Amino acid sequence: MSFFGMFKRSSAGSAPVARERLQVLLAHERTVSSESDLVVVLREEILAVIARRVKVEFDNVNVRMDCGETVSTLTVDIEIPGAPPAMLLAANG
Amino acid sequence: MAKVVVVTSGKGGVGKTTTTAALGAALAQSGQNVCVVDFDVGLRNLDLVMGAERRVVYDFINVIQGNAKLSQALIRDKRVGTLSLLAASQTRDKDALTEKGVARIMTELRDKFDYVICDSPAGIERGALLAMRHADTAVIVTNPEISSVRDSDRIVGLLDSKTEKAEKDEQIDKHVLLARYDAGRAARSEMLGIDDVLEILSLPLLGVIPESQDVLRASNLGSPVTVSNPASSPARAYADAARRLTGETITMTIPAERRNLFGLLFGGRAA
Ligand SMILES: Nc1ncnc2c1ncn2[C@@H]1O[C@H](COP(=O)(O)OP(=O)(O)OP(=O)(O)O)[C@@H](O)[C@H]1O
Ligand SMILES: [Mg+2]
Repeated sequence: MSFFGMFKRSSAGSAPVARERLQVLLAHERTVSSESDLVVVLREEILAVIARRVKVEFDNVNVRMDCGETVSTLTVDIEIPGAPPAMLLAANG
Repeated sequence: MAKVVVVTSGKGGVGKTTTTAALGAALAQSGQNVCVVDFDVGLRNLDLVMGAERRVVYDFINVIQGNAKLSQALIRDKRVGTLSLLAASQTRDKDALTEKGVARIMTELRDKFDYVICDSPAGIERGALLAMRHADTAVIVTNPEISSVRDSDRIVGLLDSKTEKAEKDEQIDKHVLLARYDAGRAARSEMLGIDDVLEILSLPLLGVIPESQDVLRASNLGSPVTVSNPASSPARAYADAARRLTGETITMTIPAERRNLFGLLFGGRAA
């Protein structure tokens, strides 16, 4: 192998980088994917229920799951613009 | 009782439809009674790859909606007598494929055939979930490429949670089929190698299909590659994969490299 060939060879193969990135990424995704699926579904369904009465932006609905050993908590944080919801409820019938 | 096999991937364009046609034909050529089923509603292509596009009168959704009997919708292959096709519908209404309807037809197909091979649409939405729903075995088609491997991993998660078997706490049989493999590029480390993919996914290998002109030619001709050119390297790789699917143990040969990968057959994923 020529002197230059040696350099070319070491920089040409990008597969080892791909392999390492995948291993790190998948280790992470395998643990979070099951719980994040639930959060995504909950977020959509909660948004749909609220949206029947009040106009809310998708970005203003924040659903978070905190998993503990014995108990997990679900935090739902919804930002509603303008007047208090009670008035909107009355107005919309 | 038939074995239901889903050919799936997550990522699009990796070779699911090609694989469904080739594996289905190879199994049928070995004497099994096989039905290949297109689940790609709205974007059907299996009929084209099988050369049956002008023979589709009734499709999957016609049968679900009761407008045709299953026997009327099944298209018998003209070259391999034990091979049949159930075409997808070209309708844009994907909800026409109902969960109940699919369940009823899968039960009927199980009675009639030895193997039912379901060609999944890409993605992880409804269509892909319906295609895997009743499967006993999954063939996860993966290209040696980073996004394909990631999507395959995602599909594994769904196979382990959203299928009928998973819901009954039974194990669904999962295999990787590495498709469009370019031995030269893998040797130069330009692409992920076979052992990279298997180690990352921790699944047993069903076969390695080389990137090949013969596959394109076969789909141009409308004939599965195992029928149009059985001596070609992709056809031999598909024929071996089909035999492994029936439980035979066959030495893994990678056509371009002739490396022995027998040992890799026995990798297993911890559940
Ligand atoms: N081993 C191979 N060598 C060369 N070309 C291939 C090979 N396998 C598949 N192809 C080509 O890649 C393209 C995509 O294949 P195919 O339609 O089977 O993929 P798919 O996974 O079913 O796609 P989709 O997700 O859109 O349903 C086709 O043009 C096909 O001919
Ligand atoms: Mg396809």
